Order: sequence, then C-alpha cells, then structure tokens
Amino acid sequence: MIEVKDLTKFYQIGDMEVRALDGVSLKINDGEMVSIMGPSGSGKSTLMAILGCLDTPTSGMYWIDGEEVEKMNENQLANLRAHKIGFVFQQFNLLPRTDALENVMLPLVYDGMPSKERIERAKEALEIVGLADRMHHHPNQLSGGQQQRVAIARALVNQPSILLADEPTGNLDSKTGAEIIAIFQKLHRERHQTVVYVTHDAFTARHTERIIHLADGQVKSEEIVAQPLIAAVSAPRETDANKKETAMKQEAVV
Amino acid sequence: MNLLGNIKIALRALRANLLRSSLTVLGIVIGVAAVVALLSIGRGATASITSRVSSLGSNLVTVSAAFRFGPGGAGSSGSSLLYSDYQTIVSTVPNIAIIAPVYQSNETVSSSTRSASYAVMGVTPDYMEVRSYTLGEGRFLNAGDYVANSPVVVLGSQVAADIFDGLPPMGRTLKIGNTDFTVVGVFASSGTSTGTSSGDNVVLIPLSTGYAKVFGSRASENGKSTLSSILISASTADAVDSIISNVELTLRSNHSLGLTDTLPFSVSSQAQALATLSSITGTLTAFLGVIAGISLLVGGIGIMNIELVSVTERTREIGLRKAVGATQRVILTQFLIETMTLAVMGGALGIALGWAIAAVVTLLGLITAKVTIDVVLLAFFSAALIGLFFGIYPAYQASKLRPIVALRYE
Repeated sequence: MIEVKDLTKFYQIGDMEVRALDGVSLKINDGEMVSIMGPSGSGKSTLMAILGCLDTPTSGMYWIDGEEVEKMNENQLANLRAHKIGFVFQQFNLLPRTDALENVMLPLVYDGMPSKERIERAKEALEIVGLADRMHHHPNQLSGGQQQRVAIARALVNQPSILLADEPTGNLDSKTGAEIIAIFQKLHRERHQTVVYVTHDAFTARHTERIIHLADGQVKSEEIVAQPLIAAVSAPRETDANKKETAMKQEAVV
Repeated sequence: MNLLGNIKIALRALRANLLRSSLTVLGIVIGVAAVVALLSIGRGATASITSRVSSLGSNLVTVSAAFRFGPGGAGSSGSSLLYSDYQTIVSTVPNIAIIAPVYQSNETVSSSTRSASYAVMGVTPDYMEVRSYTLGEGRFLNAGDYVANSPVVVLGSQVAADIFDGLPPMGRTLKIGNTDFTVVGVFASSGTSTGTSSGDNVVLIPLSTGYAKVFGSRASENGKSTLSSILISASTADAVDSIISNVELTLRSNHSLGLTDTLPFSVSSQAQALATLSSITGTLTAFLGVIAGISLLVGGIGIMNIELVSVTERTREIGLRKAVGATQRVILTQFLIETMTLAVMGGALGIALGWAIAAVVTLLGLITAKVTIDVVLLAFFSAALIGLFFGIYPAYQASKLRPIVALRYE
C-alpha cells in the first residue's frame, strides 16, 4: 500500500518557480489497479518518479507499506527500488547490446542472488510477458512492444509490491499498446499485482478500476470505473514487416 | 553485493561495449608502448655510450694538445706536446701503471688494389694494454720493432677487410705514405663498430718508425719530436687526481709556464669524460622522455575522448541501474573494476608492444635498448591513472544524480 500526503515538487527555472506538484495526497491499496491521468504538464510524470523513488519531493510525506520514505537515506532508497518497486518507463530504458534475459536479470544482480536462481526467475518473468522465445535477443532485435514487455518482465522479476508505469504505451501504436495493457490486467487479475500507470489517454485509463485526474500539479478528481475495459488478450503475432515498422518508430533507448 | 558479482557486472558491461572497450585499451596501449620503447631506447643509448667510454680503460688519464684557433694556433712555439714531455712524466710522476705516447696523423694507406686515407697512429708496445684491445691474429708491436724502427703495422679488423678486399691480411704489404709496411697483427672485431674509439678502424705502427719514415717534419718542432696525446693508466683509481695535477705541473715546468698561465694542453680523466657524456645522454633521455610523455598524453586524450563521448549513454545506464536498485557504491565499484580491467589489459599489451619495439630496435643493431622495471612501472601507472580518472570521474558524477535526472540526461 502506498500513501502520499501534501506532496510538492518545485523547480526553479531562471526566475520562475515551476510547481510541478502542488499538494498531492492520494492512497493506493494493495491489489488495486489505478491510472493517473492528465494533460501534459499536469505533473503526472513527476508524481510517478517520486512514487518510484527515482526523485525526491520538495515537501510532503510518503509511505510505502507503512515505511516513511522521505526519511530514508540513499542505501535504503536503493533497497526500496530493488525490492518494493517495479518501474516501467515510456522509453523502455533497456541496456543496449545486452540480451533480454540479462536485462531482466539486472535487478536480481544487485540483490546478490545466485546466478542459477537469477536465470530461473528471469525466465519465469519473460514467460509471464510472453517472450520466453526471445530471451537471447538484444533490444535492437526486438520491436517496441517486445522491448516494453522485456521492461515489464524486468520490473516484475523482484516480485515488487507495486508496479509503476510511466506512459507505458506512449511510444507504441494502439494495437501494441493494448497488448501491454493486457499484460498489466493479467498481472492484476491472476497475481493480484498492484498496478499504477500514467496515461494522457482516456481510453487507456478506462482499463483500470480507478482513475486519478491530475491537473496543474493537483488532484482534480477521482473516478471509480464501474466496468473497466478489457484489453485484447491475445493479439495476433507480429509479422516481420510490421515488426520492422514499429522498430523504426521507437526511439533510442538508454 | 560481493566482489565477484561486481567483477562479473563489470566484465559483462565491457563485453557489451566491445568497441568502446577496445578503443580505450588502444589508447592506453599506445601511450604505454611509446613510453616503454622510447625510454628503453634512451637508456640503451646512454648505457652503450657510457660502456664504450668505460671500455677505453678505467683509471685512464688523457693528455692532449688543446685545440687552438687563430694566428699562433696549433704548431706555434711552445704549444705542442713533446716526446720529451712524455719522458719527463715517466720519470717524475708517481703511481703510473702504464703510459703510452701517441702521434696521430692522417695518411694515405694503400694496398695493391685499394687506397684510402686513415688516421695512422704511431704508438709504443704499451698502447694495446692501455686501450684494452684484443688481438684477433698475429702479434702486437713489440720492443724489438720499436728499437729497430721496423716497418710493421697492426690493423683494426675493419681496415684489414677494406684495404685487402677481404683477403687474409696477415703478412701482406701495404704502403703508408711511401713506405712499405708488413701486417703483423689484426685486432679482433669489437662487434659494435661505430665511432673511432673502437679498435676496428685503427692503423698502428711503431712510434719510432713513424718519426723516421712516415710523419716527417710535421712531427717535429724546433727539432724536437711532438705527440698528439699521451695515455696514462693510473695504478689505482684514487691516484687519478694526483696524476692529473702532477702531469699539469710537469708540463708547466717543461714549457716554462707560470701557475696562472693558460695550459695549452688538456689533461683529463675518464671520470670527467664520463660526467660530460652522461650529461649529454641525460639530455637525450629527457628528450625522448618528453616525446614519450606527449604520446602518453595523446593516448590519455584518446581515452578521455572515448569516455566523454560515452558519458551520455553511461549516465543513462547508471540512472537505470540505480532505478532497479543499485547503490552508489556498487556503481562506483563496477566502474572502478571496468576501468582497472581496461588499464591492466592496455598496460600489459602496451608493455609487450613497447618491449617488442625495443627488441626490434636492438635486433636491427641500431641501439641496444634496455627495458628497465622503473620505466615499465612509470608507463603503466601513468596510463592507468589517466584511464582511471577519466573512467571514474564521469561515473562518480552520474552516480550522485537522482535516478530520474540521470535517466533523462541528454
């Protein structure tokens, strides 16, 4: 369970103070699937980075599973990122020239897990996202959707209490995006995984149980989705031709 | 996180960026190889010059007529070293082990087929011992030749080969000036035949024969026989300084010079010559060292370039590694191991390459290069330091960033 209270994040750009977050309070329960929605500049990515412990707030309080995050030092934060949080980026952020399996294993390496167990766990995570057959492919040999699935496997591999995703479908076409959302829904449904993702797209947001609307760094409203949409579970296998097309669309990673 | 795990991460990262790793190694290789090769060659040159000078004989004192320029220069009254000076020195200066007077003059030396100009030296039987020459065949000039003004000659191996077109020289006749001489001995080849101090290019005849039949009036001043130089071997190294001052006193008294007059002769020991030479070779080594240092710098700039170019990518890599749970310490350890691996590989290859260059230079007979451990260590550690600094510093900067900032680094 995560909870934040009066979270602010101010940036100084020249003489101007930018209030990216201006007093955000929210609570996400275990096993929930929530989306955070808002136009660009609403502070949703900033909020996500703070929830993921990738950034620190200017002020406010933050608890993960009852632990006070803002009082933690660097090493405790690293430990939190390693064990409690799985983060999925819009840009995938895979290590280039490193195959899918090794990318997924990365968080386990910092855990000091024996390599045999690491490989087992990473393979399992790749199976969950349906990429068991591509584990020795490098990111540049994978389509955008496949890369994002590797990134999800990497976020899952440590069995985090919460899976955070910042615009996970933002760099993908709508069909591939649906596949990614389908994976989140499957994780939520079958493994009771807590999932929070950010999107600017209302249709994508309606695949979750609750939508938190953000604007100008503040929570404007919360909306319970009575009947969340179900994303296409088994999308047809990508052909080589459209794999190439999506590969061309994607941006350089890391 | 244990050390082994860290090493594995570092090696995996190096392998994943093979081209970048290789280029960094190359920069270190070039720098280290240049330093090792150039400094070794410098050291070798110094050692060979020093040993050549030492081989002239330790405890050696050389007396020679100083060069004089302008009117009243060489040859003017009172300026020449005389045979009688040699005789006075023999009878008055103590602690002399061997003493050898020399008159040297350029003469045309000809066999039936060849003719060339050589520095012909009139010497006494003691000369060979003073110069530590070794006979290849035959004998050296002896007292009998000296007394009898015998027309005999002892040749350096190179001269013997040149003048007789490679035919066996022993017993053959050659002309020095207009006089026939018989070859009675040839020195063993010294192997490293450059410079006039080696025994390979000498033409030696008895001093008395020279005065009588070859040098003529050039070798006399006011009816007295003159000398080019006198070589004195001191009985002990400690006696060298006293011999120098005694010889100077003797020469002053012989030539009626006061203590404050400029002595028209130079009286110097091997130690002084060595000191002069080592200052010259020291300069040479310093010069090569500067060139090597520049190579190292260029290599270092290469490393820096590659590291800086990759810093964007690596900053984002560091951001990601932190995002999935790496601590700052683990990241720094990873980069430290990466850089050390590159430095050690580059250093080892560079030492091997530098050594190979030194060996090739030695093999070609140019200079006997001397690879010494201090040069190797100097090269290795300076390259390693450059690599270390440029590898670690950007990583250290990046590891301090918040993960989100590092991930968004452009």
